[in-house]
Amino acid sequence: MVEKTVLEAIKDGLAEELERDDSVVIMGEDVGNMGGAFRATEGFLARYGERQIIDTPLAETSIVGIAIGMAVNGMRPIAEIQFADFMFPAYDQIVNEAAKFRYRSNGEFSVPMVMRTPYGAGIHGGLYHSQSIEVQLAHIPGLKVVAPSTPYDAKGLLKSSIRDPDPVMFLEHKRTYRLIKGEVPEGDYTLPIGQADIKREGSDLTILTYGLMLHFSLEAAEELAGEGVSVEVIDLRSLLPLDKETIMESVKKTSKALIVYEDNLTLGYGAELSAILASEAFEYLDGPVMRVASPDIPSMPFHPAMEFEALPNPAKIADALRQLAAY
Amino acid sequence: MVVARVTADVRVSSTDLGLSSTDLIAIYREMFTARAVSERLWLLGRQGKVYFLVSCEGHEAAQVGSVYGMRPGTDIFVPYYRDLAVALALGSDPIDMVLHALGKSADPYSGGRQLPGHYSSRERNIVSGSSCVATQILHGVGTAFASKYRGEDVASITYFGDGATSKGDFHEAMNFAAVHKLPVVFFCENNGWAISVPQDKQMVVQDISKKAEGYGMPGVSVDGMNVLDVVRATRDARDRALRGEGPTLIEAKVHRFSSHSSNDDHRRYRTPEELAAEREADPVARYRGLLIDISVLDETRATAIEEDVMNALDDAVDAAEASPDPTPDSAYTHIYSSEEV
Repeated sequence: MVEKTVLEAIKDGLAEELERDDSVVIMGEDVGNMGGAFRATEGFLARYGERQIIDTPLAETSIVGIAIGMAVNGMRPIAEIQFADFMFPAYDQIVNEAAKFRYRSNGEFSVPMVMRTPYGAGIHGGLYHSQSIEVQLAHIPGLKVVAPSTPYDAKGLLKSSIRDPDPVMFLEHKRTYRLIKGEVPEGDYTLPIGQADIKREGSDLTILTYGLMLHFSLEAAEELAGEGVSVEVIDLRSLLPLDKETIMESVKKTSKALIVYEDNLTLGYGAELSAILASEAFEYLDGPVMRVASPDIPSMPFHPAMEFEALPNPAKIADALRQLAAY
Repeated sequence: MVVARVTADVRVSSTDLGLSSTDLIAIYREMFTARAVSERLWLLGRQGKVYFLVSCEGHEAAQVGSVYGMRPGTDIFVPYYRDLAVALALGSDPIDMVLHALGKSADPYSGGRQLPGHYSSRERNIVSGSSCVATQILHGVGTAFASKYRGEDVASITYFGDGATSKGDFHEAMNFAAVHKLPVVFFCENNGWAISVPQDKQMVVQDISKKAEGYGMPGVSVDGMNVLDVVRATRDARDRALRGEGPTLIEAKVHRFSSHSSNDDHRRYRTPEELAAEREADPVARYRGLLIDISVLDETRATAIEEDVMNALDDAVDAAEASPDPTPDSAYTHIYSSEEV
């Protein structure tokens, strides 16, 4: 086992898949000459050539739309959207095309493509380099939406996503890229899409979270442990499909649930989780399902004073945990 | 005199295209079948049996000609919702069209999920499309990319109307295909109407083929009411694509004889005189006359073909109507491939 960052783990996963399968290509803005805005594909152009590493025009609709056509005709393209905020021009292709191909063709055509994109705040990216877009994707049956938080999960889930027969939206939290390190085995391994992971075991409360918020939640859980409160932290890892079984088992055990997500509160991913708990775990709950999320403002403001006001943090999560523990 | 000269030209033209008399007759049969199927489905719509339709009437020469300019069985076809005659010429049977229009379980294109006009067949290399305008053009670029990537001798052709050329997807597709010199043919069926919006409210240029210039590829305008002209233009574009010289934009100028769809009534925005004048140039009747002029067909043989098609169509409608509807629970299948592997 070697310690790697999330970014290094993703880079390794991409490289291994490019070498394993010639039908895998990476296409997007600046993925070649520049090696990617975050250097996830640094050195790839020299190593794999223009055949597999395709610098595209600055046009997201075409990046996704052409990748769909390639996937329909036997390739396994990895389409990179440089920042999640710029996915929206391609949204028609994602929602109306990629997600519906199999259904509308009565099972004759499928779209084995991956769309990778860095999302999330915490790097002073301002309104258009900070957004969380998972809800816009996880609402769409036909897609899979994966959001890993650790290097180990990122590599294993990336490989599964590339080998998956359906379109997978692979969301990488850009703040975790270099911040989060962890042990990653050398060589090939995959992790199943659709399984949550208990990142910390506990008995008094359950936190449901993903992305950067997993790490803030683990910090808060550690703080509460010092106060005698045992918090279980579940990393959802996959938002579509959702691993309800792991969630239910945990909430039945602890009887209290806090949902932590970075997106703005209203109709965020936590809204669905709350609804699921209200209808399927009602009899086990000993307190209200609570949410910590960003406020309902249009996007993350640029100045850190405003950004850190808006973004959830370990202290806000710890406060919510104390409230829920005392309920 | 004039007829004789035209006759000689057509003979040279069809021989040059490698089309035998049998091919020329097969082309007529496809065009006539497409017209007959469109008209019959429209009647079924009037009877309340079909909820929605998009007719190909007026586009038959462009659609059938484009298929004969490509290599069915090898090439990849990415049609749009008006391309009934494309799907027929690629081997669909009239019963497939009726099953699809009725949304039956045996609808070969989507199992009753899609509105009529959405053709799809993996076996025949017809790529499934949506109702969104222009999105499929990018898919045709992607399929061409994959063929070239594997070094195959395969071209893709993607179809769309004049309305689609206003959308970004069209421009992004043209641009990318030109940059990568992809083996793709962009086939625009320009009937001058984006539903009810006339061409002069859509764009300033008269010839959509001019839009190719900005992307550094040839643009060709062709009389889309003349099937042999369309075969030639498409074949030239395919040959060019497979020589590695890149894409071509073909604009087939056609007339839309029917309303945009069965939910539209074009009499609200078009005059009877205009519609009647366009019918004068009927591509099916024109081609029939041509084949008789050059003695590939005579009146008796032409009528025999037409009766044969109509009889088969009657049988197809009866069989399709008797075919089972989809079961309600088929709404839940084919969402993910991984669930079925």
